[in-house]
Amino acid sequence: MKATRFVAGLLATATALVLASQVHAAGDVGHIEQANNELENSASLQRGARNFMNYCVGCHALKYVRYNRLSEDLGLNEDQLKENLIFGADKANANVNRAMTSEQATKWFNAEPPDLSLTARSRGVDWIYTYLKTFYVDESRDSGVNNLLLAGSSMPHVLWELQGLQRAVYRNETVVADGGFTEEISVFDYFEPLKAGTLTPAEYDGFVRDTVNFLDYVGEPMKLKRQRIGLMVLGYLVALGLLLFALKKEYWRDIH
Amino acid sequence: MSTGPSTQAPGRMARFGEWIDERLPVSSFWKAHVSEYYAPKNFNFWYYFGSLAMLVLVIQIVTGIFLTMNYKPSAAEAFASVEYIMRDVEWGWLIRYMHSTGASAFFIVVYLHMFRAMMYGSYRKPRELLWVIGMAIYLVLMAEAFMGYLLPWGQMSYWGAQVIVSLFGAIPVVGEGLAEWIRGDYFISDITLNRFFAFHVIALPLILLLLVVVHLAALHEVGSNNPDGIEIKKNKGPDGVPLDGIPFHPYYTVKDLVGTVVFLGVFFLVVFFAPEMNGLFLEHANFEPADRLKTPEHIAPVWYFTPFYAILRAVPDKLFGVILMGLAIALLFLLPWLDRSPVKSIRYRSPIAKLMLGLFALSFIGLGYFGLQPVTTVGTIASRLFTFVYFAFLLGMPWWSRLGTAKQEPERVTYESH
Repeated sequence: MKATRFVAGLLATATALVLASQVHAAGDVGHIEQANNELENSASLQRGARNFMNYCVGCHALKYVRYNRLSEDLGLNEDQLKENLIFGADKANANVNRAMTSEQATKWFNAEPPDLSLTARSRGVDWIYTYLKTFYVDESRDSGVNNLLLAGSSMPHVLWELQGLQRAVYRNETVVADGGFTEEISVFDYFEPLKAGTLTPAEYDGFVRDTVNFLDYVGEPMKLKRQRIGLMVLGYLVALGLLLFALKKEYWRDIH
Repeated sequence: MSTGPSTQAPGRMARFGEWIDERLPVSSFWKAHVSEYYAPKNFNFWYYFGSLAMLVLVIQIVTGIFLTMNYKPSAAEAFASVEYIMRDVEWGWLIRYMHSTGASAFFIVVYLHMFRAMMYGSYRKPRELLWVIGMAIYLVLMAEAFMGYLLPWGQMSYWGAQVIVSLFGAIPVVGEGLAEWIRGDYFISDITLNRFFAFHVIALPLILLLLVVVHLAALHEVGSNNPDGIEIKKNKGPDGVPLDGIPFHPYYTVKDLVGTVVFLGVFFLVVFFAPEMNGLFLEHANFEPADRLKTPEHIAPVWYFTPFYAILRAVPDKLFGVILMGLAIALLFLLPWLDRSPVKSIRYRSPIAKLMLGLFALSFIGLGYFGLQPVTTVGTIASRLFTFVYFAFLLGMPWWSRLGTAKQEPERVTYESH
């Protein structure tokens, strides 16, 4: 049928558009590594929560997240929660606040460390994963490091003891710019290790992956739940649809 | 219960029904608009989208009411209140995702509904007003969506509104004052958020509902068109019922129920498995709170506005761009009077008309695509080309619609029973 073919074409176009916009989103930032985190892995989520509370929460809050929601979703009881995740005097139903004040942030970093509740949704998990892996030594910065993804980032390399330190190596490349001009630009090539950390590179990747996994969960705590409910809803609709289709056929039998 | 002999007194329910009917025309209304409203029997796939648009309207109103219970229309609290709905309100995430997906679904359904009308000439005499009222609905819907998009108070909410409102500033003399009057401030602020909230939750929905009622009243006055584009009222039986017409209820109520379930399947597939639709339905940058001091690198409106946004960007001069963008919508109102074809339906129109409609659809999709992308040379050239096609379709219609030979329309609608 013509209409069906048209709709198939329309759907194909829509899919192509969605895919194209995805390619674009990834192409924007250049060097990007895949986080490949697994939201279903609760052990990874627990490790990620531990990492966050040990390394991040000093400066970064999760102001939309409550501790007791964490314990519920990560499968921890209240004692485990208090022992492992709540380091301040916060109550179990408090939101995850940072230790640092705004005045201190401005004084120390001349910047406000962003709240990380939604970073996995605004930047994407691959971005955070790459960000945490691409700090490199840059003497011109106050913190001594710079970042490949976010050049001029005010954040010091908090995880340097774990990862160690690395140097960025660049190469020159000729590219055709928009408009047909050729340009000589320097492109990131690879990282050269300068000083080993306490973790091996593979262990560090795992450490960052767990942390990113936790932030992915934090960005949308109901993600797994909605997918589970979604399957039931769709199953119900399929059954209802078949029933209604049979009813329609029965009624339309009279129409000639 | 068997139907008793006529001598028996009517039952309690029947008497209650009569009591009501003497005071309120319930059963005559039901007859006139549902059980004895005769619709052509040859409706195809494209005829689901009218009832689906009403379904989405109901979804938006119901979910909107529940969102309003927890949303705070203030610049200081709006963003946090949306996260509160997503995390702490029971089923809040589902309500919010249904509402955000519903906004995009509304436009998908309405665009398909409008394209149906263009294919089968449903805007032609005697349905000119029906089309004009429908266009008014589309216009109000755009305002409704635009103002609703500011409410989450994310970066894209803020900067999208900033860009669109500043377009009014391009109008000579009164422009700047007009933009300021709309915002109620020198920039998008708490005051703007408050008034947009008022428009979004009460003023525009009221107008929308009223227009939908008027749209249906006009439809039921002239009767539905059909894929053959011929009038079923021309062939009536001895009882005055169109020979190719069937009662809306039960035939189209059961058929639309099937369409409803299929639609809900797709709708909930998005709601439960891809509510962001990869940044198309919920833009990534909107998960960052609005910041007046931080302009995002790439500002794009939500996908349903991008065809017009691409037209705006295709023109180097801002004022001329705004005019062209306005014309792109305004000219659609005139469609009934631009079309001079001897037949209505695409089935019987000339190959030239088929080609033109295909090019128009292609240019609309193409503009929508390039409107989403950052400005590039290729994108600008393509947008200009598509803009030209878009306007050639509309402005050239009085000429090209008469060209070529149309096929003979059938006497009766084409229908195969299945």
